[in-house]
Amino acid sequence: MRLGVRAIVCLLLLGAIVLPLSVPTYYTQFSTKVLILGILAMALNLVVGFGGLVSMCHGAFFGLAGYVLALSAPKYEPAALWLTLPLAVAAAAAAALLIGALSLRTRGVYFIMVTLAFGEMLFYLFHDTNIAGGSDGTFINLKPELALFGATILDLEKARVFYWVVLAFAVLTLVLLYVLTRAPFGRALAAARDNERRARSLGFPIYRLRLTAFTISGALAGLAGYFAAAQFGYVAPQMLGWHQSAIALVMVVLGGQSGVAAPLIGAVIVMGLEEWLKGVTEHWKLAEGLIIIAIVLAFPGGVQSLIDRVIPERSDG
Amino acid sequence: MDLATFAVQLLNGVQYGLVLFLVASGLTLVFGILGVINLAHGAFYMLGAYVAYWITLKTGSFFAALAGGVVIAFIAGLALERAFIKRLYGRDHLSQVLLSYGLILVLDEIRHILFGKDVHSVAAPQFLQGSFRLTEVLSYPNYRLAICVFCLAVAAAIFFVIRKTRIGMIVRAGAENRDMTRALGIRSDLVNRLVFATGIMLAALAGIVVAPISTVYPGMGDQMLILSFVVVVLGGIGSVTGAAIGALLIGFADTFGQVLFPAAASISIYLVMAVVLLWRPHGILGARDV
Repeated sequence: MRLGVRAIVCLLLLGAIVLPLSVPTYYTQFSTKVLILGILAMALNLVVGFGGLVSMCHGAFFGLAGYVLALSAPKYEPAALWLTLPLAVAAAAAAALLIGALSLRTRGVYFIMVTLAFGEMLFYLFHDTNIAGGSDGTFINLKPELALFGATILDLEKARVFYWVVLAFAVLTLVLLYVLTRAPFGRALAAARDNERRARSLGFPIYRLRLTAFTISGALAGLAGYFAAAQFGYVAPQMLGWHQSAIALVMVVLGGQSGVAAPLIGAVIVMGLEEWLKGVTEHWKLAEGLIIIAIVLAFPGGVQSLIDRVIPERSDG
Repeated sequence: MDLATFAVQLLNGVQYGLVLFLVASGLTLVFGILGVINLAHGAFYMLGAYVAYWITLKTGSFFAALAGGVVIAFIAGLALERAFIKRLYGRDHLSQVLLSYGLILVLDEIRHILFGKDVHSVAAPQFLQGSFRLTEVLSYPNYRLAICVFCLAVAAAIFFVIRKTRIGMIVRAGAENRDMTRALGIRSDLVNRLVFATGIMLAALAGIVVAPISTVYPGMGDQMLILSFVVVVLGGIGSVTGAAIGALLIGFADTFGQVLFPAAASISIYLVMAVVLLWRPHGILGARDV
């Protein structure tokens, strides 16, 4: 990283840390929601941007982790963060491993359809059975907390604390993905995306590489889903549905697929846009749909390509 | 399960499979010829059902709904291809997924504005309202039998056009090798537009004919989209015969799954898909590369 870039990153992080001190609670909660979906979009981008695999089932991993929190939380006292969070992430990872193992046997458009179908399988599993309230969903009465010897260290009921915890996990996700994509693993994954046949002939275990990326990505989507469920205090089958996956894809494409942090920008844009449109018109989905169509037709490379066009990348970067 | 119950379930499976075939054949043709994955396909199934409800309400005639709905869908298909889909040819799958997702949001909201978000039911035509007696206690609704006959006729027409006519020859050639067909000077823009509009029309047609036996509700398009994706994955993309096999397979898996394993009914079709993926990742009749 160049010095200028490093300074900008530090400034942005500092701004993000002090943000809840300077805005009303509503905006702290809104920013938390943006960060949560930002984690989901960054996770999805590991397979979409770096792996070249358009997954349509990340909503299912997101929702599954939320359901794990709802099912494992005690009714009248806060769930233990150190126990339920790893459990939720592990469940999402296990689901991703299983679905990925089957779906990665296919390519291209088959992969899109198969992941969509398996994701919906989880949706119908929670929708059609009585697990956690069936199609009505279920409440999570109290937000999780981190306690040690009876003393509460982190109480997520406080909006600011919740925000900082989510911010910490977003930064951790960002760093993890940054390291992964620059490690030999990430390079090999990108090589398989650019030319599968050549990468295979060089001896890369492509199926295993992709399955690993898909599982990590599913686990991180679960991380986001856990905090989303904790924040809303409610889980319903819609959380697992494919509209969730599609909107995360919109964030990835809007932000741009080449940078690790780019989907986070996409999340800010999409959430900001939805917030604004909801205030303007009752039929905000119509406007949102038209904007998505316009963006796909006008900017094939996302916002990133717009930035690249305005500020050409220097070769010494 | 005695023979008569089995016969009823068999008929249910066939009827469900035939409706699935109408939707999935449109989807597989659009992908096979145009190379475009259209997530909004299910939305047209849903819109078809709503238009059938609305026209039946206004005119009192289900056949007016059938004719009107088909014509509206075909024209809408022509217009959409010209406005949006045309620009997706040759673009990556991700752009196609996003544009058609945007289209779903728009179509869903248009449905909301025009017809509201209530659940409706549509009356079957008067002369088809009775039922057909199988045994002393079991009978089968005439309208469901009529759906079977009607869908079979449509399926026969689709196969006739694809196998025996000049346009069908072009469609088969396009599915086999898109670039070569273009290089041979086939007017692909016209063929594309007709295929897209026909695909949309088939989805809407399926929505219209099932309106009297299922409720008309906003989420019906999503459910049908997923099912037809499963059918297309099973049969192999671009293959209409594959879609027919896949649709009947899913029709039976769903119907008998609900009777034999009620607990696992909602996931039975996905298990069938998982097995086929392990056996043939490119579908039963699919080509190796897409």
